[in-house]
Amino acid sequence: MRIAFKLFASLTDYLPPERKGNRLELEVEEGVTVADLIHRYNVPERSAHLVLVNGVYIPPAERIRHRLKDADELAIWPPVAGG
Amino acid sequence: MGWNRKVLRVNLTAGTCTEEPLNMQWAQDYLGSRGLATKYLVSEIDPKVDPLSADNKMIMATGPLTGTMASTGGRYTVVTKGPLTGAIACSNSGGFFGAELKFAGWDMIIFEGKSPKPVYLYVENDKAELRDAGHLWGKSCWDTEETIKHELQDPLVRVSSIGVAGENQVLFACIVNDLHRAAGRSGVGAVMGSKNLKAVALRGTQGVSGIKDFRAFMKATTEAKKVLADNAVTGQGLPKYGTQVLMNVINEMGALPTRNHRDVQFEDAGKISAEAMHEKRESDGKPQLVTNAACFGCTIACGRISEIDKGHFTVKNSPKYWGASGGLEYEAAWALGAANGVGDLEALQYANLICNEQGMDPISFGATVGAVMELYDMGVITRDMLGIDAPFGSAEALAKMVEMTALGEGFGKEIGQGSKRLCTKFGHPELSMSVKGQEFPAYDSRGIQGMGLTYATSNRGACHLRSYTVASEVLGIPVKTDPLTTDGKPELVKAFQDATAVFDSAGICVFTSFAWTLADVQPQLDAACEGDWSMDKLNEVGERVWNMERMFNNAAGFTAKDDNLPPRLTTEPAKTGPAKGLVNGLAKMLPEYYQVRGWTPDGEPTAETRSRLGL
Repeated sequence: MRIAFKLFASLTDYLPPERKGNRLELEVEEGVTVADLIHRYNVPERSAHLVLVNGVYIPPAERIRHRLKDADELAIWPPVAGG
Repeated sequence: MGWNRKVLRVNLTAGTCTEEPLNMQWAQDYLGSRGLATKYLVSEIDPKVDPLSADNKMIMATGPLTGTMASTGGRYTVVTKGPLTGAIACSNSGGFFGAELKFAGWDMIIFEGKSPKPVYLYVENDKAELRDAGHLWGKSCWDTEETIKHELQDPLVRVSSIGVAGENQVLFACIVNDLHRAAGRSGVGAVMGSKNLKAVALRGTQGVSGIKDFRAFMKATTEAKKVLADNAVTGQGLPKYGTQVLMNVINEMGALPTRNHRDVQFEDAGKISAEAMHEKRESDGKPQLVTNAACFGCTIACGRISEIDKGHFTVKNSPKYWGASGGLEYEAAWALGAANGVGDLEALQYANLICNEQGMDPISFGATVGAVMELYDMGVITRDMLGIDAPFGSAEALAKMVEMTALGEGFGKEIGQGSKRLCTKFGHPELSMSVKGQEFPAYDSRGIQGMGLTYATSNRGACHLRSYTVASEVLGIPVKTDPLTTDGKPELVKAFQDATAVFDSAGICVFTSFAWTLADVQPQLDAACEGDWSMDKLNEVGERVWNMERMFNNAAGFTAKDDNLPPRLTTEPAKTGPAKGLVNGLAKMLPEYYQVRGWTPDGEPTAETRSRLGL
């Protein structure tokens, strides 16, 4: 299945060079979890602060069991704020 | 003691400057800056006064921590009755002006009356005098600051001024200090213009004296700075990416108001984001962002200093805009960009520069342009009226409209009235995305429910800085709450409103609250200020300030009916994103909020609440 993997702010550097902006289209296996992708791309766990799947927040405890579906968009930020 | 105990009263009608002792009982009850200045204002003006008449007053005020070693202690506020809203206006600015006012030996300046001719106020420590500003009238904020410094032969003078927008009484004109910091919202610059007051120039060399317990203050401020440095948001995220990092976050969450709130996601959000400001441009190989910057005493340094693309159509023939200058911050980038569907980062920086140069609030300006573009799309406003085609997404129209509005030319006069008056004039008041006449900032309340209540109940009209529940609903500070539900939001909004009133009244930046709670502020205030500044007292001060502002608005004629949102947000569901199908649940939250506040169902503080707070 195909998903979009997006890393922002200081996490952008963890995306491989073929990224388009902050986005990488990925072919992944069925059943892959949010935590699997965080580890696969060596994103430090404590830096994966704001984790959204299709814009919805995934709390830390759920990341290990939240399985992605086809066409999902996984987006991750380090601790950030604004105003 | 934190305070200088001195107020400068400037009667512009009579041309006099007089010194008064600060009311120290009020300082104990209202702390400083926002709270204390508002207490002075509501005690001295008729709530029904015309905001642009000589009978309105305008106060520039510091807090007890302004100018001290407390991190971010550089803030000052401008308090007046706002012309955009008719409600209390309290606009807060950083930079170095606030600290300089403290160093000159004053806590606040109260301006009253109206000068018969343009003047500026010059303060050098104890000396204060009004000077002729005939030669400054018609100049921008940037030229005014430069001219005053040149005249005084003192590059260290700190200047707050209005540009042409304030002179023309654009209803969202702001007061600009240090070139690109601004008391931005509610049209405080128009009030200054109505008084023929062009600028305030300060030189203070006295430092801050009289800290109650200096050793305890050193310890408290040092510990609090460590909290900011160790926090990932205030220590790393904000300095590196600034507020603009939110562009992609809020878009992803489906809460980025787009094309006058028709949509909640912007397809070009990435092109106008913090990440885009770091990317090298194709045209010249340079990123727009040059560096970050800090206001006085700030250990966060979230400010953005950028350099526009010299070859961009907006500036290719205008070298004066080629240097490094302030911008873009998130709110400005949103209002000038997503709100109008404009995805040209350089055009946004150009519009932002003009707002800084001529003194306009980019939020209200940009949001009003969004309304103009929707009316153009509907055929209500035409090319003949505007002098340019203005479809959503047109960078050319944005650039033209910012120039017209800043200089009061052509249709710019209509835009300068703000979206509420403009949309009403053209027969579509429902298209003004505002509350109490002030335009929304950059969060759609269909996707972040608590912000709907925040906007509806904000004492200065739609505003994010009165209760930034985004911190909790989006960023998880101090705890994560669900942005898509109304549950618990009345209590959350009240807590944010009261705490923010304390941060503002102390003279520090509300951005510290991404790392600090009131428990981090309390030891700093307690060491600086005479009296016992316990947590209980601070909580009471915050609630008292909020209720005082509310009572002023009620006396000015506002009722529960004004605690409302435009119908688009309560009847037109979000089209995409996590909030797809949702409207804002204000009708459910508002009665609960009144109860939590101790107000009547009509939105008035009960006798018991007033008595409890000493109001």
